[in-house]
Amino acid sequence: MPKYIVTIGLEVHAQLKTQSKMFCPCPVEYGSEPNTHTCPTCLGLPGALPVLNEGAIEKTVLTGLMLGCTTPPLVKWDRKNYFYPDMPKNYQITQFDLPLCIGGGVPLYDLAYPKDVQKNIPNPGKVVKLTRIHLEEDVAKSTHHDKFTTIDFNRAGTPLMEIVSDPDIDSAEEAFAYLSSLRQILVYGGVSDADMEKGQMRCDVNISLRPEGQTELGSKIELKNLNSIAAVRRAIHFETARQTEALDRGEVLLQSTRRWDDDRGETTLMRSKEDAHDYRYFPDPDLLPLHTADILARVSPSLPELPHQKRARFTNDYGCSAYDADVLASEQSLAAYYEAAVAAQPTVAPKKLANWVLNDLLGALNDASLTITDCPLPATALAQLVAIVESGKISGSQGKEVFAAMLATPGTDPEAIIKEKGFEQVSDTGALEAMVDEILAANPDKVAEVKSGNEKAMNWFTGQLMKASKGKANPKILSDLLRSKLL
Amino acid sequence: MSAHSIDIHRVAKLARLELSDDEATHYAAQLHRVLDHMDTLAKLDLSGVEPTSHALPVYDVVRPDEARPGFSQQQALSNAPKSVLDQFQIPKVIE
Repeated sequence: MPKYIVTIGLEVHAQLKTQSKMFCPCPVEYGSEPNTHTCPTCLGLPGALPVLNEGAIEKTVLTGLMLGCTTPPLVKWDRKNYFYPDMPKNYQITQFDLPLCIGGGVPLYDLAYPKDVQKNIPNPGKVVKLTRIHLEEDVAKSTHHDKFTTIDFNRAGTPLMEIVSDPDIDSAEEAFAYLSSLRQILVYGGVSDADMEKGQMRCDVNISLRPEGQTELGSKIELKNLNSIAAVRRAIHFETARQTEALDRGEVLLQSTRRWDDDRGETTLMRSKEDAHDYRYFPDPDLLPLHTADILARVSPSLPELPHQKRARFTNDYGCSAYDADVLASEQSLAAYYEAAVAAQPTVAPKKLANWVLNDLLGALNDASLTITDCPLPATALAQLVAIVESGKISGSQGKEVFAAMLATPGTDPEAIIKEKGFEQVSDTGALEAMVDEILAANPDKVAEVKSGNEKAMNWFTGQLMKASKGKANPKILSDLLRSKLL
Repeated sequence: MSAHSIDIHRVAKLARLELSDDEATHYAAQLHRVLDHMDTLAKLDLSGVEPTSHALPVYDVVRPDEARPGFSQQQALSNAPKSVLDQFQIPKVIE
């Protein structure tokens, strides 16, 4: 049996975080009472005229800048004609031949791959090429009941950005990484919350198989109804296997659209090529073309540092490991927390702070089902604690205890907790030196042992001294004193 | 007679229109006249004329991203032939 090459392209719809709808000033708000954010325009009433939302255009242009797209000097909007009850004016306003963004790409981050393949990424550093990004309107929300369907127009006319990739994705795992990386970038830009499970990001998959050696792409099969990034991965696995079996049996695959059923774990035919829509696009006479130069100039300064740029800076400037930098940069608020801690204690090695943030803080937040944005412990307080531990004033394990207490009673000064717990170490070199001198004088045989090369005997002295000080002697100063006197 | 051929039933299907045979003949003739007019336009020498999607040289009409309340729920539903659960009720559709 021949081997097949899998080719995948994704069409991603992302809801933009705007105040108002795309073509009318109705509020964009999800979870409101049904049909409370409507007007003649988004209800498609005759004679109502659309007006472009500048904020939605800016957010789309910003997305294009983040993904390295180019923006044509002049763009326009077109009508896509079809009949469906969720779209009462019988056409969707979208962009056909002059979209806001052309080209560009989505970098696939290592940590964006499914956990089970992160150690074995086939094309590390791959950037998936984009075809275009255009700005259109969302449709109303249909709910299907037993005997009828109901429609809520709150979502109708809200801004929707469609990001279309080239057929440049080779596997289900790359599709997974594409969606996770894209989501990270959209969230970074404040463009969209892009949560697939909340419908803020939706994805259609185009997949085709062709035998190795054939250059022409196989028949394109479109998959719909994918409601999570994990479902996209499962659906592509299923569809790859289904098409492989069909081709092996000698079947000819025809261009078609299939629906994914996540509960049953399979796709079923929705429509074949003969039923393909004919959208009869034409320029929307109600909307005027738009020059983009001014918008680009206005938006460019708000281009954020992207996850991969942040990650590079964390490894170069702060000495973080690639993995730590990846995790820190994966979420803007986490990266900001970390950088605030680094800025608060410039003398503490940033790598130490990274350890505390990633191991102790994230672990504790996770246990308490909290995210970094509702972290009760300010970055400055954590940094102060790490500085105290690093100075040797308290031990690492005492530091963890103080950390737990700080989390339990936010706003408490670490110094106060250290005093209260009696962790205050004796760091007075004079007092410690007197203790050291005393114990050395009392144990000439052990001193001789050390001097004859048995450094292990040193530990005996340290142990005795810690006992004598009831655990409060600063171990680092003690060790320095012993070494200077014995070696 | 027009040089064009129009599949009037396909056009009607796309527009969700049900046409009687008489209507189909009637509208096909009208659409042929529209296409014939396009032929007339196609004969014009338009070299040096930039293609445009709009007749007027007006551009860049946008509004700031500010929300403003629109209809009340009751107003929104007032034209609905049927409503239930504060929503428009329609025959069951599953694509």
